[in-house]
Amino acid sequence: MGNYSWLLPVQASSFAARIDLGLWIIHAAMILIFVLWTIFFAYLLVAYRQRDGHKAERIHIDHWKSLAPDAAVLFFELSVVALYVIPTWSSLKMSLPDEKDSIVVNIVAEQFNWNVHYPGPDGKFGKRSAALIDFSNPLGIDPTDPAGADDFVTVNDMHFPVGKPVLARLSSKDVIHSFFIPAFRIKQDAVPGMVVPLWFEPTLEGDYEVTCAQLCGVGHAIMRADVKVQSRTDYDRWFASMAPVKKAGPSGATEEW
Amino acid sequence: MSEHGHELSFTEKYIFSVDHKVIGLQYMITSFIFLLIGFTMILIMRWQLAFPGTVIPIFGKLLPATFAPGGILGPTGYNQMGAMHGTIMVFLGIVPLAVGAFGNYVMPIQIGAPDMAFPRMNMLSYWVYLPGGILMLSSFLMPGGAAQSGWTSYPPLSVINPGQTVWLLSMVFLITSSLLGSMNFIVTVLNLRAPGMTLWRMPLFCWSQFVTAFILLLAFPPLEAAAILQLSDRVLHTSFFMPDGLVVAGQAAQYAGGGAVLLYQHLFWFLAHPEVYVLILPPFGIISEIIATNTRKPLFGYKEMVYAMMSIAAMSFLVWAHHMFLSGMSPALSNFFLITTMIISVPSVALLTCLILSLKGASIRFTTPMLFALSFLPMFGIGGLTGLPLGLTVTDIYLHDTYYVIGHFHYVVVTGSLMGLFGGVYHWFPKMFGRKMDDCLGKIHFWGSVIAMNGILMPMLVIGLQGQSRRLFDPTAQLHNLIGQPMHVLSTISAIALMLFQIPFIYNFFNSMFRGELVDSNPWKATTLDWDCPSPPPHGNFAKVPRVYRGPYEYSHPDHNEDWLPQSREHAEAAR
Amino acid sequence: MSTETVAYENVGIPDGKLALWLFLASEIMLFGTLFTSYIILRTAAPAWPVGWEVLNVPLATLNTFILIASSVTIVTAHSRVQKRDQKGFSAFMALTVLLSFGFLIVKAVEYGVKFSHGIFPSTNIFYSIYFVMTGLHGLHVIVGIAWNLGLMWWAKNGGWDDKLFEGRVEYAGLYWHFVDVVWIFLFPALYLL
Repeated sequence: MGNYSWLLPVQASSFAARIDLGLWIIHAAMILIFVLWTIFFAYLLVAYRQRDGHKAERIHIDHWKSLAPDAAVLFFELSVVALYVIPTWSSLKMSLPDEKDSIVVNIVAEQFNWNVHYPGPDGKFGKRSAALIDFSNPLGIDPTDPAGADDFVTVNDMHFPVGKPVLARLSSKDVIHSFFIPAFRIKQDAVPGMVVPLWFEPTLEGDYEVTCAQLCGVGHAIMRADVKVQSRTDYDRWFASMAPVKKAGPSGATEEW
Repeated sequence: MSEHGHELSFTEKYIFSVDHKVIGLQYMITSFIFLLIGFTMILIMRWQLAFPGTVIPIFGKLLPATFAPGGILGPTGYNQMGAMHGTIMVFLGIVPLAVGAFGNYVMPIQIGAPDMAFPRMNMLSYWVYLPGGILMLSSFLMPGGAAQSGWTSYPPLSVINPGQTVWLLSMVFLITSSLLGSMNFIVTVLNLRAPGMTLWRMPLFCWSQFVTAFILLLAFPPLEAAAILQLSDRVLHTSFFMPDGLVVAGQAAQYAGGGAVLLYQHLFWFLAHPEVYVLILPPFGIISEIIATNTRKPLFGYKEMVYAMMSIAAMSFLVWAHHMFLSGMSPALSNFFLITTMIISVPSVALLTCLILSLKGASIRFTTPMLFALSFLPMFGIGGLTGLPLGLTVTDIYLHDTYYVIGHFHYVVVTGSLMGLFGGVYHWFPKMFGRKMDDCLGKIHFWGSVIAMNGILMPMLVIGLQGQSRRLFDPTAQLHNLIGQPMHVLSTISAIALMLFQIPFIYNFFNSMFRGELVDSNPWKATTLDWDCPSPPPHGNFAKVPRVYRGPYEYSHPDHNEDWLPQSREHAEAAR
Repeated sequence: MSTETVAYENVGIPDGKLALWLFLASEIMLFGTLFTSYIILRTAAPAWPVGWEVLNVPLATLNTFILIASSVTIVTAHSRVQKRDQKGFSAFMALTVLLSFGFLIVKAVEYGVKFSHGIFPSTNIFYSIYFVMTGLHGLHVIVGIAWNLGLMWWAKNGGWDDKLFEGRVEYAGLYWHFVDVVWIFLFPALYLL
């Protein structure tokens, strides 16, 4: 519970602070605009209320002056867009970290689980095919592909080392899900038929939660997963301990089965 | 009741009537009933959100076991009600009330027309809407229950879930009804204005209906196409929205594949974003009328407001994908929609600014409709402002699909549109029935509603910032939501209060119909043509076709001894 | 209602014609959306069947000529109304309806052959598009037939002397041209490209 507060959750990824900066700037501006505006509104209501001896005036305020708030709003919005939004968006969504320097995983959503496909010690993913999917092989990893021999899959339990970018290829087996880790400020829809790349860099050790942000069926509310951000050594130990998927079932499966 | 020569049977007069006023009232009553049904659904859902796993009071025992086993709402029931709440409120509640009811009743008399251009088509559009609505509700009784994929109905979920076929069929009814209505509105405004009523002399309410009709006409067909394609995916097993390699519950789906999942979202939002402006523009028109009447001065920036509405309508077709920043759509495309979204906020700000500045120099009468109109301004302001972090791609990463979104659009639609529509009811009630609604009850209704609405919606913004996803059947199933639980309780209690505060309104509405204070045809001393005809207006509205001599808001005219100068009066009486 | 004739402010286009143009605008949005979906699905597909190899181009060409001919006959029917030639109107309208039925029959043959080869809308995305778009167009043809038959019935039952009659024939013609134009787009999009 320590990770969550009355306002935003703890900042546990490298760009959480940048997103929060935007949230605070915009909310501060919103509140400022709203307060100033409400004061003016309240003044008008009091000053021009109907009363004895007061008559409405047919004043014609200079119409162009009324465009000043519009211009101010547009100026504010476009400055935020140019100085903050587009640069940040580009670095978050339009460029990806180098695969060599990252933890690369496939995240495959299904009703109502998050499967994480780790490449195993060889760093290579085995081929996957929808035709091979069955109860013991939820991602349909090809058993004849040597690259897949040491792959392992966790369900609703993902581990990442602190301070190293994670490059996740997000997809879905059935319907649209949305991968959301509030503490990382990261969210991306997992769309069947598409593989969407996604990256984040955990910066704070601890236990966090993945939630599904897109209605995906009856179990939408219970579609969650644990994210454990560990120190480098703890992560390596965990990684080594994971048995590769051979013919046996996926290890690390914790619940929902 | 038959003070006029031509005798009509009861059926012709009240059920299959071709009179725009009767049709307007039919729409009004029907849409209020749907609003009440949709609101009851959300009360049941809110109970589950605040007190998960407990027996729902009153309704728990009435719901079937498939819905609420042992009186506790189940996830299937929750998802069905969630989808139906959204659908009912938007397509069966607010739009028919704003366009069908007020547009039908008020717009023809405001432009001095005897009726709509096509009275029979007008009747038809109501009689297509009503079966569509009943079909929608009846889907609860179908095997598999009602639609349960949200009001957005995203495939593949909506294609594999039960209940969606009836939803799609009923949408086809509702879309047809809207198309008939919008053609009728446009032709009426263009071809049936009283002599002298040039377009630039039309009241803003008529402008808002005119602009809205264009949005409906052009935005609904893409949804119709999307509905047809989805229906064929469900019924004919085509695969427009079904991609290759789908595996549902461990089984390969029986679809050929090759479809595009995001295509549906593009088609849906191409309608559904303009639809937001269908929800908001008519209430904007209504409150413009109320504010002009109760400030006793011309509205500030009449033409600016008309141009703002037109540019909103035009721009609304270019912003749809801001609902899809995180859908997997190309991030470069997002930048385009980010910019258009920022630009469309400008005309909205302009509308709000004009209405605020209209208060300057006024003599404000705080009548009940005026209270509703005034509360619209700051509350719609919150709705608009909270749209900002959602429209910016970067902050949307965090806030998208959280409760913040729900708070945002309910601020726009509930404290905005709905309050404006309530104001319209109080404003035009004397025209509809020749009697006024009770002021005291009206004020109780107003203050109760506005406080309760904020009590419902403010907590949503907070739990949204905490990162709580929307559409969760049980928020406490996830750790990070636990801290926000008291907010759900507050929201639910406010929702119950909001329901209670509608009782004075319902009582007031029906009681005033028969026992309200009798008033003359122009109780608010307003200038537009709707106040020139008797209350209620007879068949054909005007005994003699009115002639229009000036713009709509000539209040406090210096050459006139009274503070209002009707559009239809040829000369100002008595100089000062 | 007042008995005096007043000139309401208007834009100089009769109500019915205005409504019909608005209706056609919404129809253009409907078919435009479907064509856009077609383009999007096609560009996203790894492989796409060649229309003229899997569909029957001669039959579709025949149908194209049938529809164009029916557009000509409906225009002629309208000009007969202007010339107050009721027999000519009835003949050309009947011809239009016959040609429309001919179109539907050819379409039914095309569908039947496909079904007998085990090809259905669910076969693949190309046939999904083919059946849904031509099916929707076929529905529009059926509406047009009903409309034209209605006009023929009305002409015999007092409509001929109604001052609205000529306008309504004109609107039926406009609608029919639209149905024709949709086909002119559908034909190359599905069969030739």
